[in-house]
Parts: sequence; C-alpha cells; structure tokens
Amino acid sequence: MKYKDYYEILGVPRDATTDAIKKAYRKLAHKYHPDVSKDPKGEEKFKDISEAYKALKDAQARAAYDKLGSHRPGEDFQPPPDWGRQFGDGQFSFEDIDLSDLFAGLGGGGRGAHARGGKLPIPGQDYEVTAPISIEDAYRGTELDLNLSVPEYDGQGHVRRVPLAFKARIPKGVTDGERLRLPGKGGKGLNGGPNGSLYLTIALQPHPLYRATGHDLYLDLPLAPWEAALGASVEVPTLGGAVRLKVPPGTSTGQKLRLGKRGLPKRHEGEGDLFAIVQIVVPASPTEREQSLFKELADASTFNPRASFPTGDGK
Amino acid sequence: MKIELTDAQWLSEHAEVSIAELAELSGLSPELLRELVEYGALVPVNAQDPINEESTQWSFTVECVVAMRAASRLREDFALDANALSVALTLIERIHGLEAQLQNLRSQFPALRVKR
Repeated sequence: MKYKDYYEILGVPRDATTDAIKKAYRKLAHKYHPDVSKDPKGEEKFKDISEAYKALKDAQARAAYDKLGSHRPGEDFQPPPDWGRQFGDGQFSFEDIDLSDLFAGLGGGGRGAHARGGKLPIPGQDYEVTAPISIEDAYRGTELDLNLSVPEYDGQGHVRRVPLAFKARIPKGVTDGERLRLPGKGGKGLNGGPNGSLYLTIALQPHPLYRATGHDLYLDLPLAPWEAALGASVEVPTLGGAVRLKVPPGTSTGQKLRLGKRGLPKRHEGEGDLFAIVQIVVPASPTEREQSLFKELADASTFNPRASFPTGDGK
Repeated sequence: MKIELTDAQWLSEHAEVSIAELAELSGLSPELLRELVEYGALVPVNAQDPINEESTQWSFTVECVVAMRAASRLREDFALDANALSVALTLIERIHGLEAQLQNLRSQFPALRVKR
C-alpha cells in the first residue's frame, strides 16, 4: 500500500487541532471542488483533499492514521502488525488496496463509506465520468473505451481495487455536456442491492474546423475579396463530405451562410444546421499585378465602407 | 481479455421522477428536497403552486437528478444547510446558463486571425 501524507495534503502540522483541519479543508475545497472550481485538475486535487479530511476529521480514524506512522508520500509500506485488529476487524488485506479504501470503512458516514457486514441490501455507488469525444464521433456515434479503477466490496465489507474495462456505445447525436447513463455499470450492490450506474458527461473536443453549439455547427469560410463581391460557388467541408455552397454577390465579412441539416444529428430525427461565417481575406503579399489591379479598383470606386461613421474634417 | 459492450442510455429518455425517486437517486432526503422547492431552487414540472400542493404529486425532470446529485455533493463537502444550498444551486444554474450563452457566442465568433 502506498503512503499518502494527509497532513501535507491539507497543509497542516501533524498536531493541528480539529478546527484548524476543518478550516484548511474548507479553504482548499472552495478552491478545488469540481462543482465550484473551473480548475481542470480540481477534481483530482479535491479527491485527495476530501480523502485526507475524511480521515483526519474523525478522532478514531485520525488515531488509526497516526498509528500508521510517518512515511514518504508514495512510499510502499505495511501498517504495524496489530493495526488491523486494533482499528478494523483484523481481516484487512493490505496488498491491492488504496489508503482511501481503508479509511472509507473507518470514519463512518460520507460518500464512499459502506456499511460493513450488515444484512440490509445496499445499492452500489454511482460513478460519474467525463467522456471526451470528437465532433466526428458525435456525428456518427462511437464506441468508447472506458478504463476505471473501482473499489469492490465483498460481503464482509472488505475492499480491493479492481480494474474495470469495458466499451460503451455512444449513440450518434450527443451534444456537449450531454449526460448518458450506463445502468448497472457503477459499484456492485451488496446483499442483493442493485448495482449503481455509471454516468457519462460528454465533452466535445475542440475541432480545427467546426465549433458546436447544441446541434448547430459553425465554420469559418475564408473568401477572396472578388469572390465576396462577385459571388462564387465554393466547396465547403461538412461532416458528411464536401458540398458546394453558393455565395451570393455582395457578401460581407461576418455574414452567416446556412447549410441546412449539415450539423449534428438529433436524437430522434432531424439535424442541426451548419453555418459558414464569411471571412474576407486578402493576399498577404500581393503580386505587382494584383497590387496594380487593386489600385485601379481603388481609383475607380466610389464605395465608402465607413458611411456609418459621423462625417467630420478628420481633426 | 473479453471487452464487454454496453449501450449508453440517454438520461432524458427516461420518464419524469417523483420526489421519492429523486431523493433515492440524489441521496438527499425528501424533507430537504421539499425545502429546496420552497426556496425555489428546485422546481417541479407539473405544479402551478407547488407549496400548496401535495409533494407526492410533484414530478421532476431527469435534469433535476443531475442538479440534485451536485447538490448532495455540495451539501456534504461544504456542510451547507438548506438555505445556503439553495443559494448555491440558484447561482450554479445561472452560471450554467451564462456558460451556454458564452459557448453559443464563442462558436459564432470567427477563429481566423490576421497573422503577422
């Protein structure tokens, strides 16, 4: 079993009062709680913080933890020989478990705590996992590989970590933030209780071309000034393959050209739309010929792009 | 090793849930849920005047399950009472709404930039 320094995680001395421990926990929880914080590492950090607090806030659990001695974080260690008898029912196997599993049974109460040896049916825990998927996968549907490490309890409440690997079929048409449920894929129920569920939160990954909002997709459409002015027929990549888009003459930057039903599919029927947002771009280093043609246009044109500005003498 | 394939279900495919089911799925007590309804942080879909209706008649969308699971975590991890919890839930819902708007605007905002 790997040692974790719960005092160090909370940033308190080993002789800290319960009150100081609570204050330190709250301060860190405000910063890293995944429901509050936007820190991408928040969830991982909060798990440690919460685990440390659960072990240290309870006098009995804290005494048990202190008896483990002080080791370097990550160091492999064995609890003192009589530790299990003193604090548990003496039946622990310390090989494949995580320190947190050891304390889940001790502190009493709280998420992750399991009644031990009871006869009441206990439903399995629900797990929540974020599933990053590409826009292409959302369009077509996909099979997602899930690799989790979950605590498994036997009838006596003894625990061990087991790897859990399976595939989840993600239907087409999921959107960013969508929740899916895998029934029975959460923690195992005890004494005939039902298994928990695994909840997936879909996180669409950034795409080099498309930006999704709901089922609609947005795409930048770069146009040359003459294409925008004269109109053009341009090839636009869509998730279902390239299509021709007619750009009407006199199109300006920022205009949205709608390609109906070329967005993400919806659950039952229909699709979102794809919007091409016009961007007029000019050659970064025009040839001499291009420059002289632009010059000719500039001299010939009476077009005032800033007609909306108040007229003044420029002072 | 044989890899099992499981179908993911749409959460919103399921029917609406009762207060008892919501309590079971979220881990919050029916009493606390009733309090959250009183404070307006949790809204039944079918009640015009929830406070004066029988709470056993209420039903909630499955999105409420997600929100109440978060509520359950917040309550436990921050030791919040019903009042503080409903303030937190109201603010979180507003943040989610703002984030959705921001995402919507961002996706319409051209990514192209002039390279220098």
